[in-house]
Amino acid sequence: MLLYVLRRLGTGLVLAVLVTLITFLLLAPSFDGIAGNRLGPAATPEAVRALKAELGFDRPLPVQYLDWLVHAARGDLGTSLFTGEPVAHTILQRFGVTMSIVVVALLVTVVISVALGVLAASRGGAVDRVAQGASLAGNLFPSLLLAIVLVYVLSVRGDLLPATGFTPLSADPLRWAGSITIPVIALVATGIAGLTAQVRGTMVDELRKDYVRTLRTRGLSARSVVLRHALRNAAGPALTVLSFEFISMLGGALVIESIFAIAGFGGYAFESSLQGDVPAIMGITLFAVLLVVTVNLAVDLVNGWLNPKARIF
Amino acid sequence: MTASTAPQDAVRRRSAARRLLRDPQAVITASVLLLIVVLGLLAPVLTSHDPNHASLDHIDAGAGTDGYPLGGDRSGRDIWARLLHSINTSTVSALIGASIALVIGVSAGLVGGYHDRLRSLTEWVFSLVMTFPGLLLLIVLMPLTGGDFRTTMAIFGVLLSPGVYRITRNQVLGVKNELFVDAARVSGLSDRRILVRHVLPAVRGPVIIATAFLCGSSIGVQSGLAFLGVGPATTPSFGAMISEGFHNLYLSPLQFVWPSLVLGALTSCLVLFGNALRDALEGSRRRPAGIPAPKAPAATGAAPAGLLAVEDLTIAYPTPSGELKEVVSGVSLVLEPGETLGLVGESGSGKTQTAFAVLGVLPSEAVVVRGSIRLDGRELLGLKESELRGLRGRAIAYVPQEPMSNLDPSFTVGAQLVEGVRAASGASRGEARRRVLALLERVGIPDPERAFRSRPHEISGGMAQRVLIAGAVACRPALLIADEPTTALDVTVQAEILDLLRDLREEMDMAVLLVTHDFGVVADVCDRVAVMRTGEIVETGTAEKIFGGAEHDYTRMLLDSILDENTVRGDAPVAADEPLGRTTTW
Repeated sequence: MLLYVLRRLGTGLVLAVLVTLITFLLLAPSFDGIAGNRLGPAATPEAVRALKAELGFDRPLPVQYLDWLVHAARGDLGTSLFTGEPVAHTILQRFGVTMSIVVVALLVTVVISVALGVLAASRGGAVDRVAQGASLAGNLFPSLLLAIVLVYVLSVRGDLLPATGFTPLSADPLRWAGSITIPVIALVATGIAGLTAQVRGTMVDELRKDYVRTLRTRGLSARSVVLRHALRNAAGPALTVLSFEFISMLGGALVIESIFAIAGFGGYAFESSLQGDVPAIMGITLFAVLLVVTVNLAVDLVNGWLNPKARIF
Repeated sequence: MTASTAPQDAVRRRSAARRLLRDPQAVITASVLLLIVVLGLLAPVLTSHDPNHASLDHIDAGAGTDGYPLGGDRSGRDIWARLLHSINTSTVSALIGASIALVIGVSAGLVGGYHDRLRSLTEWVFSLVMTFPGLLLLIVLMPLTGGDFRTTMAIFGVLLSPGVYRITRNQVLGVKNELFVDAARVSGLSDRRILVRHVLPAVRGPVIIATAFLCGSSIGVQSGLAFLGVGPATTPSFGAMISEGFHNLYLSPLQFVWPSLVLGALTSCLVLFGNALRDALEGSRRRPAGIPAPKAPAATGAAPAGLLAVEDLTIAYPTPSGELKEVVSGVSLVLEPGETLGLVGESGSGKTQTAFAVLGVLPSEAVVVRGSIRLDGRELLGLKESELRGLRGRAIAYVPQEPMSNLDPSFTVGAQLVEGVRAASGASRGEARRRVLALLERVGIPDPERAFRSRPHEISGGMAQRVLIAGAVACRPALLIADEPTTALDVTVQAEILDLLRDLREEMDMAVLLVTHDFGVVADVCDRVAVMRTGEIVETGTAEKIFGGAEHDYTRMLLDSILDENTVRGDAPVAADEPLGRTTTW
């Protein structure tokens, strides 16, 4: 088990090196432009060259990458070219903001999707159609539009919730809840359809299996057969879909963050890419890959615990 | 559910197209989609303005101003022209994103699904692609793509491909082992031809459905990126229009409404059309509109005596065309207390369906057309699930055919047996545990404590069958229904399990309904025999009578087939007398 975790983390690190190297090579052709950007259009070629030397852009590419990698391994992701702040610090701070939205959205998604999916699978007929329709309705509308319409109705017209901005949980829990309500609704609406479909599909399969019939013949209540037995066996694939949804929500949060002027992780990636802030882009890429590796590992471990037969370690 | 063959598939597709044309949801959404796309294509005809031409006179112009049917935006550009050109941007995005995802996903899925050796490679590559946070990657790569929406959508297509790959791979794996593919392989077709001729048609349905959703998400992502301001401002796009409208929301909300309306219509029609397509292609597996309540048995004489009395039982399943097909027709059985009745027939004769009906666990699609099932004089058909639950385990119990699939893989053997005992008898946890351990010992499991703690995959098939028997008899049922209890087991274990069943029957004074295709088993344990064929009972009688002189041809044929098996085994060397040269060609 420990060996398995270590091996997975090892491949994760290799993956991280690979992806950051690719990112670095992709960014390399634009280094000239980045230096120019920072100095403005009036910069002389000498000044650009001097800045490149100062930033270390004039060294051979392998040296530059290895230098970055060695520092990154020590936890030093460098400082932003434009704000001068340490990248690692900004990432953690911005990520915290995004997570406080995404985690809530994920929890709400799980609760609603499991309820809808289980209902649809075990009742069938009209309930099935209603549950599928409800989850579909969220998918019909781009979350972008949904968020704007909600802002217009709830904030601009109704004056019920703040239209923009973010209050940290630690500062004021109530205002935090208010500030994330619309972002969470918008994220949940797009996430529900996929997860509900998955839960419904695997539950339909599970409920048709032999052991379900046998458990019923022993006099077990329908509730126990569906919720204790079938749902537990259906949880594995649903969890995998959930991990994909988490990753796509991190991306989806970007649009939402932009609408609500929330300084989150996605926004940081966006600004850094627009500016060509190389250390920030590299740091964000590394962080994203490690995050994904960790989430996938966690999902596999939980899956192994849920279904010992499918245990891969 | 059934093995499909290629010609059947073609028929199914034709009828799917017809179903689609009759489905108002499909027709309406397809028309709206077509209308939007055509509007985009006709943009040069429908407007003379360039979508990027800014006219200072028309900044925030109202709708209907000369030549500006929807007015101007805050830079004085024609909203109508921008709307039409945005449609084209969306169409191109959808085409690029979906086609790249399809090409990569389908070809890799076919290869990975068909060739076991290449699968681990494709799995690895696609799980890698899947781990990229899509939108973030598109943005990080912006310095490279320059924000051009076509390049961006091409990359997005790659990011979408794992979904298509998975669908294709699963379909291929499912189809690969079906008979017609085996037959094609044996007849010497090349792998490539098998993939194209036989496997691809089976994959087509789910992939067509996925395409609608791929288009939808491509359009959504393109708009999202444009909303954020990724890419050149000269590309007309719903996202960019919505962003501008959003900034102008207080001044002139209509500027926000137009692009939102078209984008909303476009994506929701795609999703709804995709769903209609899915219903049409996969066939609605819903039950027929009205489920007829079971009618009383055709001939109602005096209430028959006996522990179990099945009368005129008729069970049917809906066919894809909506008609009912009977699988059990007018079956009548009587079982006295303590008696063992063998229900014999070939597979598909309806014997298991009869058993499930008595237990009240028929699949939800099944329809009991008419008949009566009485246990101790009490009618079971029409009872509520909660009322049946009171009988299960205590009055009726069930031993299944396939031991492994009938245990819940996620729970220990002990936990699932204890739950059953508690549900049927209301015993306390400790009491139920003691009873289960005693039962496990009684059914001949050497180390009951260990078996109790084991999970189903950790015990052997024979042991699993003993566990299931223990679970069935735990609350001393009056009637035990055993569905081919020995078929899935090794020959040596079969005899032991039959012995166990016979001993338990004596000990607990149970009546047993033994469903089997094996007259050997019948001879071993049954008092009486009922022979079933294509849903009907053709002959009933005592075991001696049936073995002594069966009246019905079909029974005689079944009996003869046991003898045949023996003859074949005895006469095997005869085959060697065949002249050798006949089948080989040298």
